[in-house]
Amino acid sequence: MELVDWLSQKKQDIVREWIRVTMEAYPVEALNVLKRSDNQFANPLSHIISTNIALLFDDLLLGVDPERTTPILTELVKVRAVQDFKPSEALQFIIDLKKILFSMKDETVEGGESMPLEQLRKMEEEIDTLAMLGFDIYMKCREKLYEIRANEIRNQTHMLIRRVNEMDKQKEAR
Amino acid sequence: MVKMLEAEELAKDITETPSLLNGKGPDREWMDTPAEFRDGNWAYSAKTKAIESLKMPYARDWSPGDEDWKLPENWKEIISEGFRERLDKFRSFKVFMDICVRCGACADKCHFFLGSGDPKNMPVLRAELLRSVYRNDFTLAGKLLKKFAGARPLTMEVVKEWFLYFFQCTECRRCSVYCPYGIDTAEITMMARELLNLVGININWIMDPAANCNRTGNHLGIEPHTFKTVVESLCEDIEDVTGITINPSFNRKGAEILFITPSGDVFADPGVYTMMGYIMLFEHIGLDYTLSTYASEGGNFGLFNSNELMKKLNAKMYHEAERLGVKWILGGECGHMWRVINQYMDTMNGPTPSYMEDPVSPITGTKFENAVSTKMVHIMEFTADLIKHNKLKLDKSRNDHVRATFHDSCNPSRAMGMLDEPRYVLNNVLNNFFEMPDNTIREQTFCCGAGSGLNTEEIMDVRMRGALPRATALNHVVEKHDVNMLSCVCAIDRATLLALTQYWAPDVEVSGVTELVANALIMEGENEVRDCDLREEPYLGVED
Repeated sequence: MELVDWLSQKKQDIVREWIRVTMEAYPVEALNVLKRSDNQFANPLSHIISTNIALLFDDLLLGVDPERTTPILTELVKVRAVQDFKPSEALQFIIDLKKILFSMKDETVEGGESMPLEQLRKMEEEIDTLAMLGFDIYMKCREKLYEIRANEIRNQTHMLIRRVNEMDKQKEAR
Repeated sequence: MVKMLEAEELAKDITETPSLLNGKGPDREWMDTPAEFRDGNWAYSAKTKAIESLKMPYARDWSPGDEDWKLPENWKEIISEGFRERLDKFRSFKVFMDICVRCGACADKCHFFLGSGDPKNMPVLRAELLRSVYRNDFTLAGKLLKKFAGARPLTMEVVKEWFLYFFQCTECRRCSVYCPYGIDTAEITMMARELLNLVGININWIMDPAANCNRTGNHLGIEPHTFKTVVESLCEDIEDVTGITINPSFNRKGAEILFITPSGDVFADPGVYTMMGYIMLFEHIGLDYTLSTYASEGGNFGLFNSNELMKKLNAKMYHEAERLGVKWILGGECGHMWRVINQYMDTMNGPTPSYMEDPVSPITGTKFENAVSTKMVHIMEFTADLIKHNKLKLDKSRNDHVRATFHDSCNPSRAMGMLDEPRYVLNNVLNNFFEMPDNTIREQTFCCGAGSGLNTEEIMDVRMRGALPRATALNHVVEKHDVNMLSCVCAIDRATLLALTQYWAPDVEVSGVTELVANALIMEGENEVRDCDLREEPYLGVED
């Protein structure tokens, strides 16, 4: 049996565990409150994490493809990049998937098939690729934040900068 | 301002700070978890010049990132005495300290909590930061039972925690909508900030604009001649777009109406297009109005600082109305200006100068009964009334390149209940208007993430996570209806939502409502072919 097929059959358990571990980055007092609503707009954080972790897992089974994977991973990393995490903490959730998969190595799927362990190394490499992609996205988000900070300073005094430029032009004309 | 860590310090920071990497998770209760200062989660301290010019105490050079905040020796007594004074002076504060039953209805309503997952951003817990000290110092149960009664003594760590979290509350009052006791959490934040002010703990982004406003009349500290020149530049832009020459008056005594708007509309992009919109609208209806180069600011950063400063900055508008002898004041698209007017002005500075008159629209004859005590009418009420009486010549199709949604700014919606007027106006000036989901608009609107003086760039991380709930709702209508314009009636929003869209929804622009009104206005004497909007973007169907 191919590992991908084995993981597909275990998808529900893996995704549930991956979401749980990802949410554990937040303090327990917060999690108790965040559990209250699954409305996308009333609880965007949980919604973004749960929806996109599920999509990311499907995507991973197809093999990481930057073009296809980036939009999904961006949804997750964009949020983590502005939360109070160190870069390593922000991306920890990607690496956590390895632990989850290892923890299931003795389980079986319907029909009694156990995990084809010999293929796990390949999957680990896929997860590493995903982490590298996550790092690129994280940096892009941070760069965007600095760009926004600079834009904002400029926009706030838009007319004054314009006025100074006009005065310069008038001076030159004289 | 940003402190670079040495390698040794960095190693210590990584190994000792609780994190997932080292397995030191947050296993302590909130009261035992100290506030962590990281670059990007705290705003710069106020400059001494700003504090001194407002004659506020303990001006000094310090940084929230430093260990030593250089507080006066007797800081504890000062804060404690200030706490007692405010409990005596403000009945509401005393009630808010006592009445919370910690039901948790507010817990998941704060945009900062929803975006950060930080429990101290739950309104109940943020208030508890102050209540715990209240119990300890002012209640018998707290004095006797200490921690068992949720009490804790005032320490430097507590003061630092106050600073971090009361400057992570935008006083948006969404949580208050859900509180069964009607606790106004914004007023708790206001009191906490006042207590911090007493020992010279304030942020520059609030103090500097307040000091500027106190000195020259507006947040940027622009002097009268520059204010006038900049407005005239905008009139040149109007002429470029419409072919019409407009010369608004400044400081004209005897004008019927004084128009006051936030200075962000005069100086900031994209607020300037809204300013152009006001000028065109008033020209279109032939309004007898004047602008003031002294009351050149509608915003009131005193609200984010202390009730005394709020009162002083608000009074300036009425002094100017008195000096110019106008009948009433028309106010532009601003957020917190309207909270000050609707909720505090009458108590602080009322009654208005005796010769001012109950506001009546000179165009429609409508008397604005709601504004009788403040003599100040909101531009959206005024414009909606003009449209209702068919006083505007409008061509909605001129906005066909705009697919707009409307962000209810916290203060106009929750502090003055202005929910329908902007929507009525929008539906009359454009064909493509789409609402965001119900639980994110009107009274339940989500903050832009940067109100109450937090629209400063050094805390962009905090602002962006606070903006997540608004952005999620926005992206929903972007996906569903191809929305490309986030309209609003607040100058701070026009600046902060721009940062929000750049990060979370890059294809969306931000506008004021009056900008969209002006786009649709058929002006007398305008160019035979009006082919572009105020941003000089071509109308739909017109070749660029």
